Amino acid sequence: MIRKTIADYPLVLIALLLTAFGIAVVYSAGQTDVPIAAIQAAWLRQLTWLGVALVAFLAASRFSVRFLEWVTVPAYVGVIVLLLLTLAFGSGAGTAASMNGWIGVGRFRIQPAELAKIAVALMLAKVLASYRVTPRSLIELIKPAVVVLVPWALVMAQPDLGTGLVFIGLFFSMLFWAGVPGPLLLLAASPIISLVLAGSTGLWAAWFLLLLAVVWWYKPYVVEGVALVIANVMMGVAAPILWEKLKPHQRERLLVFLDPSRDPQASGYQVAQSRIAIGSGGWTGKGYTEGSQKRLAFLPAQHTDFIFAVVGEELGFLGVAAALTLFLFLFLRVIRVATRASDSFASLVAFGLAGSWFVHVIINVGMTINLTPITGIPLPFFSYGGSFLLACWIAVGMLVRISSEGRGRAGELPLG
Amino acid sequence: MSLHPNEVHRRGRLAGILVATALAGLLAAFFRVQIVEHAQFALQSDDNRLNEVPLPAPRGMILDRNGQVIAENIPGYTVSILSPRRDSLRAELRRLASLVPMTDSQIDVLTRRYTPARPTVILPNATFEQVSVLEEERSRFPSLVIQATPRRRYPDGQAVAAIVGYTGEINEQELGTDAYRDYRPGQQIGRAGLERQYEAVLRGIDGSRFVEVDARGRVVRQAGARPDRLPVAGPDLRTTIDLDLQRFTASLFDSTMQGGAVAIDPVTGDVLALHSAPIYDPNDFVGRISRAKYQAYLDDPRKPLYHKALQGVYPPASTFKLATAVIALEAGIVGLGDRMAQPCRGGYLFGTRFFRCWEKDGHGSLTLAQAIEKSCDVYFYQLGLKLGLERFLEGGTRLGFRQPSGIDLPDEKAPGWPEAAAYFDRLYGRNGWTNAVTLNLAIGQGENDQTVLSMARFYTALATDGNAVRPSLVRRPAERMRLFDLTPEQMAGLRDALHGVVSTRGTAASAAIRGVEVAGKTGTGQNAQDRNRDHAWFVGFAPKEDPKIVVAVLIAFGDHGYVAARLATKMMERYLKTTVIQPLNVTGG
Repeated sequence: MIRKTIADYPLVLIALLLTAFGIAVVYSAGQTDVPIAAIQAAWLRQLTWLGVALVAFLAASRFSVRFLEWVTVPAYVGVIVLLLLTLAFGSGAGTAASMNGWIGVGRFRIQPAELAKIAVALMLAKVLASYRVTPRSLIELIKPAVVVLVPWALVMAQPDLGTGLVFIGLFFSMLFWAGVPGPLLLLAASPIISLVLAGSTGLWAAWFLLLLAVVWWYKPYVVEGVALVIANVMMGVAAPILWEKLKPHQRERLLVFLDPSRDPQASGYQVAQSRIAIGSGGWTGKGYTEGSQKRLAFLPAQHTDFIFAVVGEELGFLGVAAALTLFLFLFLRVIRVATRASDSFASLVAFGLAGSWFVHVIINVGMTINLTPITGIPLPFFSYGGSFLLACWIAVGMLVRISSEGRGRAGELPLG
Repeated sequence: MSLHPNEVHRRGRLAGILVATALAGLLAAFFRVQIVEHAQFALQSDDNRLNEVPLPAPRGMILDRNGQVIAENIPGYTVSILSPRRDSLRAELRRLASLVPMTDSQIDVLTRRYTPARPTVILPNATFEQVSVLEEERSRFPSLVIQATPRRRYPDGQAVAAIVGYTGEINEQELGTDAYRDYRPGQQIGRAGLERQYEAVLRGIDGSRFVEVDARGRVVRQAGARPDRLPVAGPDLRTTIDLDLQRFTASLFDSTMQGGAVAIDPVTGDVLALHSAPIYDPNDFVGRISRAKYQAYLDDPRKPLYHKALQGVYPPASTFKLATAVIALEAGIVGLGDRMAQPCRGGYLFGTRFFRCWEKDGHGSLTLAQAIEKSCDVYFYQLGLKLGLERFLEGGTRLGFRQPSGIDLPDEKAPGWPEAAAYFDRLYGRNGWTNAVTLNLAIGQGENDQTVLSMARFYTALATDGNAVRPSLVRRPAERMRLFDLTPEQMAGLRDALHGVVSTRGTAASAAIRGVEVAGKTGTGQNAQDRNRDHAWFVGFAPKEDPKIVVAVLIAFGDHGYVAARLATKMMERYLKTTVIQPLNVTGG
């Protein structure tokens, strides 16, 4: 039975390679000239967590797709409850001390947001799979939107901007996979784009004209069209008010993203030091465990959010290329799983999990060289943190199961 | 919902292309940072971790004319601290205050001096005890840098202070100026005297050592990727000072005396000794002087920080009568044997005012030579009137009484002498003064402020051939300037008269030296501060026929010129009798 369920060996191999790579880098992150006890031993704890994660992986791979579908609603409700509890009793931890994202049971602390990503993917898949035809109007998207908005609001309240972004990425990637037409996706995303562009009146005005053109061409229901225009105008107006509501450190992060030289000693410090670490790595890096930026503690959060900077500094461009290639193989493999899944639900779940990881990778890796703002989002399989590693491997278990239930078997078709 | 398999595959391919494109874009961004901009980031990474600890160059030694040490270097300790940021420096200093007592204001000052990636000097002059305590607690303060550094020492202390000046830590105002552009906080600089005058030479070239520090400023490794730059010691400075005479001169001023003295070789301009009393101990300033000590120097009413030979101005009194005589002789209105219309009866009636001679009983009828010997005021009142004010003022200017001596020391004060009669118009109003000012000026009183150095310079011309020499503390070709033209007979006559002063006939008969013919002039100057305590002057040279040394001495509140004369002739005697006199080899260029 086990032999049959763990059939997608390439996928498991890629995930194992990524995890091994990650733990090796977590070990290196702990090698500083003035030892930091908590980080020095992090790799051992991560290894322990991997043990737990592999057990969870085996368990998850034994749950049939039908069982997953059956457990979707309770899991989703359970996660919402956990998020509410987190909001009430949560506390900060480690490098994310300002965020109340953890809840503890005795000595055991978990981050419910990581489990929420999987539960939301399941729930979205269930809702989208229930549609007889592909949604063609915004009104039809309200239901899946609510599925995401409730947990989104709860994590944003922690506040956990990173997980919030993952939910948005998850939502749109699954709509894409469900066959929602491109223009409709654009319309659905338009309020968010308005919000982002509200900082510049000119950009926002240009975007608004483009939006009107798309509305005229796509011809949604009149109500929808009017609602869209109003939503965009409101976002354009609301942005400055929301800006005021952001915590100073969040505001600072966004400003620093736009201009890293703004305050090189404070908020800009992390990004500046991370860029220095990566840039000084060159082609082959300073050598495993030898990165001076990391050894001398110039690098912030080197075992969690900025772990990729250690890869860049110590293993150089070649190490970066290797890591990104592994991630590429992972995504292509999961897309293959989604393509060959036995039914829509399984396919959507697979694609959603890939979408979630993709958002993580792009934002986390991008922020180390200031391509994306610092949002405190971990790198799958790499960043130190038990809950996330556990969640990732549960996802791998589910993917392996979906793969084995789908058409074709591992080894029959070339990778990708 | 179900989709046609072709549609699913189409979307799968599209998704694959999107993902690959996004990751390729990300990789391209890394290529730009890691490969294209690598050099810049590699440099920043080194700048991050390598902090430059300066290795101060030993200052050049200062030696006397015979190679004896005036200023040297001994091993000392400097304690400094490395901090990544200004606020962390402040926090670290607060912590350190338990071991090294520091007030809040001291911490503020040190924090202000903070320079990124360089240590901030806490104790520029740490004692062995302080260093031992800090070394013991080293583990608690890993960002401390304790260095063995050369420390300035002046073995003769106060005796040489008037020439060497002192060194001290550079301050913030100085750091902001152009002159100290390439200096950094914590460095020692020459603050006065030769130390300041020859700072550019003496300082040498500082080196540096690179230590590797972590983000909190803790020193992790001593050796860095960059090799150390070794300091280059400053070259030694050979001066013209005769240290034996210098010490002797300083010893002549006892603790109650105030004044200045200088001894110059009238031919070469070599300054053999220069002293100002009372004076500070330059060793007090090395490193960082304590506030209390500095305040004590400032509060001392006898002003030890004020150089009395270089900056102190006093009416030159009777020592100036030689200037009056020289101007009159040069103008041809008097000869050495000429007498004045009125003999001295103890005073001179000018208009309605009676101008006294210091000799109440009067000197009777005198020649110019005798008037110099006796220092007769009445003779010089009449000589001054005969010269006329304008011609007198113009002559004094020509003799250099408005010019600093040009000695190679900083902050020399220019003496004061009226340029023209218009000066009195400005001072007293057009009709507010009479020709009485001429009478005062003729005997060296009134609007005439001279320094010990300016008087010594004038006497170098009397001692030689009418050329004054520029006094100099470091060997260089003699710079001589023509002051006046007198016939050899007139020069000899003046010298004889000056010799008469220090012989049985003169005002300083008690200062004669057995076996050496001394020529010189006493002066007893009115003191604006205290009418009963006059300033005592003596300026002279020896031996009379072939002068080797010109000495000028001023003793503030010294009462009478012969007090200064006794001191001056002792200096001459010491120099002439203990020194095998051989001219210094003047090297050109």
